[in-house]
Amino acid sequence: MEIGPILASLRKHRIPALLIVLEIALACAVLCNAVFMVGGRMNEIHLPNAIDEQGISVVTLNGFDPERAASEIPRNLAALRGIAGVQAAAVLNTMPLSDNGWNGNLSPKQGTEATDHSSLNINLYLMGEGGDKALGLRLQQGRMFDGEDYANGTLGDSFLPETHVVIVSRSLARRLWPQAPALGQKLYGDKFWYQVVGVVDDVLRPNKAGSGLPGMYDTAFFPMRPGDTLNYYVLRSTPADRERVARQAEDVLGKLDPGAVAEGKSFVDIRGKYFSGAQSMVWMLALVCVVMLAVTAFGIVGLTSFWVAQRRRQIGIRRAVGARRGHILSYFRTENFLLSGAGVGLGMVLAFGINLYLMQHYEMDRMPWYYLPVGAITLWLLGQLAVYGPAHRAAAVPPVEATRSG
Amino acid sequence: MFGYYLQLALRSLGRHCVLTTLMVLALALGIGACITTLTVLRLLSGDPLPGRSTQLYYPQIDPYPKEGYVPGQSKPQENLSWVDAMNLLQAHHASRQALVALGSAKIEPRQAGRRPFFGDAVMATADFLPMAGAPFRYGSGWSAADDASGARVAVIADFLNRKLFDGANSVGRTIRLNGHDFRVVGVLGHFSPQPRFYALNLGRSYGDGDAVFLPLRAARAIELGPNSVGCWEAADIGHLETAACMWLGLWVELPDAAAVAGYRRFLDGYVREQIAQGRFHRSDTALPSLMEWLRTEHVVPDDVRLQAGLAFGFLLICVTNTIGLLLAKCLRRSREIGVRRALGATRTAIFGQFMVEAAIVGLAGGVLGLLFAECGLWGIRHQPAEYAGLARLDLSMFAITFAVALVSALIAGLLPAWRACVVAPAPQLKNS
Repeated sequence: MEIGPILASLRKHRIPALLIVLEIALACAVLCNAVFMVGGRMNEIHLPNAIDEQGISVVTLNGFDPERAASEIPRNLAALRGIAGVQAAAVLNTMPLSDNGWNGNLSPKQGTEATDHSSLNINLYLMGEGGDKALGLRLQQGRMFDGEDYANGTLGDSFLPETHVVIVSRSLARRLWPQAPALGQKLYGDKFWYQVVGVVDDVLRPNKAGSGLPGMYDTAFFPMRPGDTLNYYVLRSTPADRERVARQAEDVLGKLDPGAVAEGKSFVDIRGKYFSGAQSMVWMLALVCVVMLAVTAFGIVGLTSFWVAQRRRQIGIRRAVGARRGHILSYFRTENFLLSGAGVGLGMVLAFGINLYLMQHYEMDRMPWYYLPVGAITLWLLGQLAVYGPAHRAAAVPPVEATRSG
Repeated sequence: MFGYYLQLALRSLGRHCVLTTLMVLALALGIGACITTLTVLRLLSGDPLPGRSTQLYYPQIDPYPKEGYVPGQSKPQENLSWVDAMNLLQAHHASRQALVALGSAKIEPRQAGRRPFFGDAVMATADFLPMAGAPFRYGSGWSAADDASGARVAVIADFLNRKLFDGANSVGRTIRLNGHDFRVVGVLGHFSPQPRFYALNLGRSYGDGDAVFLPLRAARAIELGPNSVGCWEAADIGHLETAACMWLGLWVELPDAAAVAGYRRFLDGYVREQIAQGRFHRSDTALPSLMEWLRTEHVVPDDVRLQAGLAFGFLLICVTNTIGLLLAKCLRRSREIGVRRALGATRTAIFGQFMVEAAIVGLAGGVLGLLFAECGLWGIRHQPAEYAGLARLDLSMFAITFAVALVSALIAGLLPAWRACVVAPAPQLKNS
C-alpha cells in the first residue's frame, strides 16, 4: 500500500485530520492514567491479609464499665464460645482494616526518641489469650504466646504494653532487620523492650498510618490479660455461619451487659467498608474509560463516514480504473492507521506528562512504561474497529459512480 | 434574521439525524460527568460558616522535642495540649475564643426497653456555640461561669431532641451521658457546618451534625475522651490534662487585619516565653484562617479532585469530537454556503447561521447533560462516602450546567463556522 496519496489527501483535509489525531491523543493520555489508577486501587483492594478473613466475625463492645472489664471479659468469652458454630473466640484492642489504629513508635535500637528516623510507626495489636486461634494467624518462625505470656501482659500507663515478648509480621521483620533473622532480636520503645519470639504471615494494619501503603504490614502482636482496652471480640466459625454468629454474638453481649453497646459484623463486611472508597473510584474510572472510548470510536465513525460520502466520486473513479474493493478498504484502513499512529504518539507523551503532574500534586507513583504501549495498541485497535463500517461502505461504491456528475 | 438561522439550523440538524444525535449525546455525556464531579467538589470545598469564616482563626504551635528538628522544615502541630490550650484561652487576647474537641458519648434513653447508643459529643468552652453561630430552638448555651464550675449542663441537637423527647421543649430536663446526668440548657435548631471544621479527620465529618455539646471541664469530669489524641512522648492518656498529648483545638475570633497581626505577635511571644522556660524547643507558629485551615487539612479528598480532573479531560475529548463532526458537516455543505453567499449573504450571516446551529447542539447537550448529571449524582448518593447524601444539584449548578454546555458548544462551533464563512462562492458554484 502506498502511503503517498493518502498523505496528499490528508494534507488537503488538514483540520479534520488534526482533530482526529487530537481526540485520539487525549483519549490515549486519559486512558493510560485512568487504567494505571485503577491498577493501583485494585492492588490495594486485594492486599493479602493472613488471617481467616472468610470465617471471622467481630463484635465491638463500647460503653461498658472499665473497672469491671477484667472480670467480664472471661464471662463474655465463655458465653460467646457457647454459640453454635463458634470454633474460637478471643478479644483484641483493634482489628485489621477497622480504621481504629493503635500506633506506637518502636525502634530496633535502644535509647532512640520517638521522632528518630530509625524508629518505625507500628500498629500494636494487643491480644487476649486464644487470639492466634480466633484470628487464624499463620506462624512462620518461633512460637506463639503461652499462658504465662498472656498472664503477664498488661498495659502500662501509656500506649505501650508492659511485656517482654512480641510477635511481628514477616514484612515488618524484614524492614526492621534486613540482614539478620528476626527471632531473638529486641524492639525498644520509651522505657520498654520486647523480644521477638515469633514471626507470622503478614497481617494488615487497621488503617493507612505511618509510612502509608508500604507500611500496611507494620504490625506487631503483644499478649495481654483481660482489661478495658480489649473491646474487639473476634469469633471464628465456618464462612457459612459467620453472619448468624455475628448477629447472635451481638445479642449475647448486649444481654450480658445491658448498659453497653455491642455491634457485630463479619470481617468480610469490615474489609468491604474499608475499601469502599477505592472500590467506587475503580467503578467510576472504568465507567469513564468505557464511555470515553465509545465517544472516540463514534467520533471516528462519524468523521470517516463523511469523508467517504464526500469522496464517493473519487472512489468510483478509482474503482473504474481498476482498483479492487480490497484496495479501497485498505486505503481507509491505512489512513486511519496513520492518523491513530500520530494520535497515540502524541498521546503517550501527554500521558507521561499527566503522570508527572499527578506525581507532583497527588500521592501517585510513576507509571510503569508498559502502560503506554498497551494504551497505544488499544486505541489503534479501536480506530481500526471504528473505521471498519465506513471503509466497507466506501468499498461498496460501484464504479458507475464515476460517471455521475456530483 | 435569527429566526431564519434557527429554521436553517434545525433543518440541517434534522437532515443528519444520526450525526446530530451523536454530537448531542457526546456533549451531554461530557457535561454530565463534569457537573456531577463539580457538584461534589463544590460540596466538599464549601464554606462551613458563610459570613463568619473570615473572622475565625486557628492558632498552631509545636511542643515537640528538639530531636530531629530542622528549623524551617517543620510544621506546627494540628492540636494543642491542655496546658497550652488553657494558657492561650485564659490570655483572652482575641475578642472571643473557644476550645473544642470531639468525642463520642454513650446516650441512655429513659424509656424502658430502648437500648443505649453512641452519639458524637463536642466538648467546648462557652464561646464556641455563639462563635459558630449555632441557632437555638429552645433555651441557650452555657456561660463562662458554667465552664469554670464544671456544671453538668448540655446543649443537644434537634435530632437528638426528637429522638429522646419527641421534639418537645426539653430545657430543664436531664439526659444521661456515659452514666451521668446532665441538665439540658438548650436545644439547637439545625446546626451542621459542612464540613465539620472543628474536628480533625475532616474527611469523615459530613453528616447530620453532632448530638450533644458539653462544657469541656464537665465532659472531662465524666471521662469523655477525645477521638483524636497525639502524644510527643510516652504518656498516660488516662490523664490528658497533664500528659504530653495534643487533643484540643483553639478557635479565635479576630475581626480585622490589625487584630490578626496582633494575635500573631502574641502567639510568637508566647512560644518565645515557653522556649525561654525550657518547655518548648521549636519556634514555628501558624495562624491560618478557617478556609486556609481546611485547605491545609486536605478537606477535599484527592480522589474527588482527580475525578473532577478526569471529567474535564473527558469533556475536552467530547468537545474535540463535536468540533470534528460539526466541521465535517459544514464542509459537506460548501455548495449550499456558496449558493447563499452568491445570493448576497454576508460572511457574518454565514458565521451566525453556523453558530446558531452549534448553540442548538449545546442547549440540547445541556438538557440531556442535566439528566446525566442527575443520574450521576443519584449514583453518588448511593455511595458509602459520608458526604454522599448531600450531593444534590442546586439552582446555581443548574445554571452552570447550561453555561458550560453553551460555552463548550460555541467553542466547538467556532472553527467550523469560521471555515464555513471563508468558503469562496465561485468555485462551489462552478463545480455543479
